[in-house]
Amino acid sequence: MRELTIKDAINEALYQEMELDDRVILFGEDIGGGAGRDEDYPEAADAWGGPFGVTHGLQTKFGRRRVIDTALGETGFIGASIGAAVAGLRPVAEIMYVDFLGTSFDQLLNQAAKLRYVYGGKMSVPMVVRTVAGGGFRAAAEHSQTLYSLFTHIPGLKVVAPSNAYDAKGLLIEAIRDPDPVVFIEHKRLYMHKTHVPEESYTIPFGKAAIVREGTDVTIVGVQKMVHTALDAADALNEVGVSAEVIDPRTYSPLDTDTILASVAKTGRLVIVDESHPRCSLATDISALAAEHGFDRLLAPVKMVTGAHSPVPFSPPLEDHYLPSTKRIVEAVMSTVNHQGRTGNTAVTA
Amino acid sequence: MARELLEIEQITVAQPDTEEAAAIWRRMVRIREFETRVSHIAENKEAEGYLHTYAGEEAVACGVIPLLRSDDWITSTYRNHGHAIARDVPLKGIAGELFGKETGVCGGKGGSMHVADQNLGMIGAMGIVAAGLPIAAGAAFASNYLGEDKVAVSFFGDGAVHQGAWHEALEFAALFSCPVIFVCENNLYAESTAVDYHLLAGTVSAMAGPYRIPTIEVDGMDVLAVREATARALHHARSGAGPVLIEAMTYRYGGQFEGDSQTYKPPVEVAYWRSRDPLPAFRKRAAEFGLSSERLDTIENTARDEVAEAFAHASAARWPSLDAVTTDVYTK
Repeated sequence: MRELTIKDAINEALYQEMELDDRVILFGEDIGGGAGRDEDYPEAADAWGGPFGVTHGLQTKFGRRRVIDTALGETGFIGASIGAAVAGLRPVAEIMYVDFLGTSFDQLLNQAAKLRYVYGGKMSVPMVVRTVAGGGFRAAAEHSQTLYSLFTHIPGLKVVAPSNAYDAKGLLIEAIRDPDPVVFIEHKRLYMHKTHVPEESYTIPFGKAAIVREGTDVTIVGVQKMVHTALDAADALNEVGVSAEVIDPRTYSPLDTDTILASVAKTGRLVIVDESHPRCSLATDISALAAEHGFDRLLAPVKMVTGAHSPVPFSPPLEDHYLPSTKRIVEAVMSTVNHQGRTGNTAVTA
Repeated sequence: MARELLEIEQITVAQPDTEEAAAIWRRMVRIREFETRVSHIAENKEAEGYLHTYAGEEAVACGVIPLLRSDDWITSTYRNHGHAIARDVPLKGIAGELFGKETGVCGGKGGSMHVADQNLGMIGAMGIVAAGLPIAAGAAFASNYLGEDKVAVSFFGDGAVHQGAWHEALEFAALFSCPVIFVCENNLYAESTAVDYHLLAGTVSAMAGPYRIPTIEVDGMDVLAVREATARALHHARSGAGPVLIEAMTYRYGGQFEGDSQTYKPPVEVAYWRSRDPLPAFRKRAAEFGLSSERLDTIENTARDEVAEAFAHASAARWPSLDAVTTDVYTK
């Protein structure tokens, strides 16, 4: 079976959609690279393919008409993507790092997300913002955030974050064909992760979580890269006789609450692993979901294993300490497994 | 490789014929009547929410919008009633929207700051200063890409030049030669702050220079002058020559919002601009286009009746059904 990295799976998804549909165009900074030099010096053409090389080769194949190197102004090309989308195109804009969305956030928050609703449902904004998130790359505070929950908070946006190459291809094709604005978050430390990816085009529907490992004692929800850390923890837990079920929500908006709640109902324990900051995060969101709708099935308090309420530090030992580890997940799971139940509660009497 | 500064071709712009002139007058008086009524409503607290009126600036919307094709794109601002009326959005739909009623052009979900009929190419009326410019540039980009000859027009005020979005939109449009016309309604005030203070370049058009976007400065109280500038800009943009910026000097009769005491406006300034009111100015010239004063009066009276009827209709209309809160958040 053919295996691809996430990076190549994303490239293939873009390639196949661009071949299929002339309305699909790419905007971004250095997504080809070498613009302005390649007329006199052909070697400069398609020099980068984005900072991680994800779009490499697409400009050579589809030309500058469709793979458009913008100037370094995110507001300009995110806004233009909105306009192009309502005017009949299917733009896929790349924000080099999710951290840079701050510069163009108004266009996403107040325009892309609201253009349909505010004006009474007459227009759709079929655009995708691809962006790169995640820590552990020694990239420091302004190139290492995840910010999943910022986008998930906003009605009108859809938020997708694949953890493997199979999902990356299918979810990206789904995102490009989706009529609404989609924030498609790629994790910089997963780009080289490989899985089987079919050559043909396929889609994965939004709002369908994947149960990536079945178990009976505890549900671990992993957020993007943390799916893999959770799987490592599940292996370690298996050694000590604890059977962990690992869930990858895959899309955070919409969120597949049914799959998470069904798993919690089965295992009675929930640990959420998210490398983001802990406050108002996906971890708190899913935790609240279980508290509100799964309370009667919980045998122990929900545990969150997250980054710190701090910017992401540069210093390697500090950053490693910041990020959730297998060890921290195992400890959190064991605390739920060893939980003694409710003691000292005063029964409410009528 | 130096790029030559783009020039706008001098073209002969035909004067409006009698019916076009009548249509200009109809739009101008509709806007004035509508906004006068809105100020009255605000004073009497008959509507909730923020209201921003367009009175005084009629010549800009009525000079630009009637020349657009029905498939051209427009982005507007929170001071949008004039643009919507000039685009012939039904008055009942606008009044209904101001009241948040089911009959509003956006079903009541937008309100006064977001009056736009997307079915008429009005992509939106943005409550965020300068937010519409990059979107208009993108719509214009799509027109080029698809081999269409649609033009996008983006209205903004003098305060918008301070936003990064303004600069990034001009840059994007120039870099990709997008057929977009940026129309500045320079009404001398960014909220309560005068251009004398905030507009360091002196004019908005001066700020387009570094992006090599040709500009036309025009008297924004003269609807015929705005019309001519627009015709030239449209010719330029539609022929594939790239973006244009029009700076129309105009005056906001109302405050930044209804309820603004406007203590910052010197009476002598107000008197000067009132003496240049675009409605009487056009009326004086109407005979040149074969419009009799009887016809002008009839149009004005009809507009007054239509506005009254629109607000009566809006008052009587139903509120949206409550399940509308969560409809149209997503298409799918």
